[in-house]
Amino acid sequence: MKISTLKEVLEAKIVCGEDMLDREVFSACGSDMMSDVLAYVKDQAVLLTGLVNSQVIRTAEMMDMVCIVFVRSKQPTPEMIELARESGMVVLTTDMRLYEACGKLYINGLVGNGRQS
Amino acid sequence: MSECLTFHYDVDGEDFTSAGQASVQVKKNLRRLGIPPEIIRQVSIAMYEGEINMVIHAGGGNADVIVYEDRIEIILADKGPGIKDVALAMQEGYSTAPDSVRSLGFGAGMGLPNMKRYTDEMTIDTVVGEGTTIKMVVKLR
Repeated sequence: MKISTLKEVLEAKIVCGEDMLDREVFSACGSDMMSDVLAYVKDQAVLLTGLVNSQVIRTAEMMDMVCIVFVRSKQPTPEMIELARESGMVVLTTDMRLYEACGKLYINGLVGNGRQS
Repeated sequence: MSECLTFHYDVDGEDFTSAGQASVQVKKNLRRLGIPPEIIRQVSIAMYEGEINMVIHAGGGNADVIVYEDRIEIILADKGPGIKDVALAMQEGYSTAPDSVRSLGFGAGMGLPNMKRYTDEMTIDTVVGEGTTIKMVVKLR
């Protein structure tokens, strides 16, 4: 799925990384616990979360993720946006809740665990 | 051959926001050295968890990353409270972190287990009341 499609599916607004919307992503994970993201995630390109702090960006960076979606209308701080820009990540925000956002992406073909349906 | 490259970082214990800066820097440096991405990810995740631990539990510390020909060593040293029961601390889900840390997305009791998971060797030297030194090794071949 292209990030531009993901953005449409989630009716999301773009915060940064406008020039990278054409990138393809093949899997995603949703969590508010960064420790769990670091423990269980492998080759997942998109992180959906309701947690808002700088560690979200750094966790995504550590996992080589390319896109972060903040759910429940959470807004990243200017410092976080700057970090994401430096790391070359796309940041989106959506009004959807985590469960709904993950579900919509899943039925549209973006699965977990790096597997394609 | 003892030729190696060392990166040294001071980990600021006062500021949770800046925790992880050293790991991001390590990641950049290892990329520049042309280390394979999977190895970089292992090293940086292990170090990141270690950095977060040092900030949460020990008021900061020192981090050294040494790149050898056949391995990368990560040495994290702090003068914090030490770990009372290492076996217990190694259990997934066991945490002594306060709730304030959990609301920041950490403190799930995955830090030390994750560090072990992503490295080939890990040793913990800890003395209660004096501090902890953790050495991790990721093999390059």
